[in-house]
Amino acid sequence: MTAAIAPRGQIDLLDLALTYPAGQRPALAVLDGLDLRIGAGEVLTLIGPNGCGKSTLLRVIAGLLTPSRGGVFLDGQPVMGPDPRIGLLFQEPRLLPWRTVAGNVAYPLELAGAPRSVIDARVAEVLDRVGLTAATKFLPAQLSGGMRQRAALARALILEPEVLLLDEPFSALDAMTRDRFNVELLALWGRLETTIVFVTHSIPEAIFLGDRVIVLSSRPGRVAADIPVSLSSPRTLLDLDAAGSSSAAREIRAHLDAMAA
Amino acid sequence: MRAMVIPSLAGALVFLAVWKLIVVIGGYPAFILPPPEAVGVRLAQAWTSGLIAPHAATTMLEVALGFGVGALAGLIVGYGLAKSSLVARLASPYLVAAQATPILALAPVLALWFGPGLLGKVIIAALIVFFPVAVSTMVGIRTVDAGLLELGRSLRASRRQILFTLEIPGALPAIFGGLRIGITLAVVGAIVGEWAGAERGLGVLINIARGSLFDIPLMFATLVTIAAFGVASYLIVVLIERRLVPAR
Repeated sequence: MTAAIAPRGQIDLLDLALTYPAGQRPALAVLDGLDLRIGAGEVLTLIGPNGCGKSTLLRVIAGLLTPSRGGVFLDGQPVMGPDPRIGLLFQEPRLLPWRTVAGNVAYPLELAGAPRSVIDARVAEVLDRVGLTAATKFLPAQLSGGMRQRAALARALILEPEVLLLDEPFSALDAMTRDRFNVELLALWGRLETTIVFVTHSIPEAIFLGDRVIVLSSRPGRVAADIPVSLSSPRTLLDLDAAGSSSAAREIRAHLDAMAA
Repeated sequence: MRAMVIPSLAGALVFLAVWKLIVVIGGYPAFILPPPEAVGVRLAQAWTSGLIAPHAATTMLEVALGFGVGALAGLIVGYGLAKSSLVARLASPYLVAAQATPILALAPVLALWFGPGLLGKVIIAALIVFFPVAVSTMVGIRTVDAGLLELGRSLRASRRQILFTLEIPGALPAIFGGLRIGITLAVVGAIVGEWAGAERGLGVLINIARGSLFDIPLMFATLVTIAAFGVASYLIVVLIERRLVPAR
């Protein structure tokens, strides 16, 4: 008997379409006929022109928006709404300003009704993982932008999601902080067995972080290109610089330019 | 603490000195503007003789009940206004009309309906408290960060959890703005209600002191009592706000 444990966190998007706003005219097709499989444990980066529906797609996967057609499947089951197996990191940290870092990170577990002892242990563990142990009792207003986004990442990780969706999480940070974050993320992901979908505007970032880069077409969003990345691991900051001039980067650039033309 | 007490004391001294100066320079008789010391003596007498206390107790009860009822109704209706555009469209004209009608004009009608007892004053105080609390609650709930509400939804928070962990904490600073205005208006409402017809209360005592007793220092002593009560109840609201509104 083979007791192979099926890997978890596989996402299938089948013929996904979203018209916006629902039931109103003139209707705006944001996504139309999008098919994509994201393998369990894969790191997929999504890139595309402004307004191509990247953020919308992420919200559909997260169950926050209901597609007009088609469906999202997680490990073969349809995603019908927000799901604890799917974590979401927004563009902004979205911390509750009246709660401390620990209180913010604890929030998802509190909503789920976890006992205090479990919450405290998990919060300490997750804060340690993102390097925020020293800031446990700080309020968001006392933190730098980077630390706030770390706290938000800790909050997204505390439910131990199978899938982590990141919506341009570092776009508000300065370039140096952002580079450091990207390296840290890779190290973190090496230890997690989480499927990751990362939306970005930056071609080097998409190549540096991803096992695979998906280029979305301009509205309505479809898969315009599916580009595997063959960077050696472990990747370093030098690879991030090199990523910008790699053949994958040229390919992505060509697709984006073709859409802009 | 000390840094706050000394300026307050200094301010009070300046106030009393200016008062005294106006009396002396203007040469006003005590039945127009009694000097501060005469009012102070009358105030002490009226409290020790038990003249003011029952009136003050009545007014305090009216203010407390009126504020409680009005604020609670304002919170609930304000929340409804914020969450439902239908409620807002149906109720807004009436709310504004009720607020625009001077409470002074309304008070005799309410006195006619509810008699000279406690109920009429509580209703008048509640009416006047209601509007600022309802409006500030509506504004507070509407301005809760939409990003936080989406976060709550993504974490599958129930309606109740969203209310207690996101909406109320987010709206609390605005709500307390309305409560601060409301508590001072509750005092006004109770006094106006007493003027429209009552057997007891600080508003009644002012009328008695001005009329049958013609005791102008007592009238001023009552005014001082009302003002002090107003300041004290305002401070209580501020203290509650300090406890409830978390640092951010």
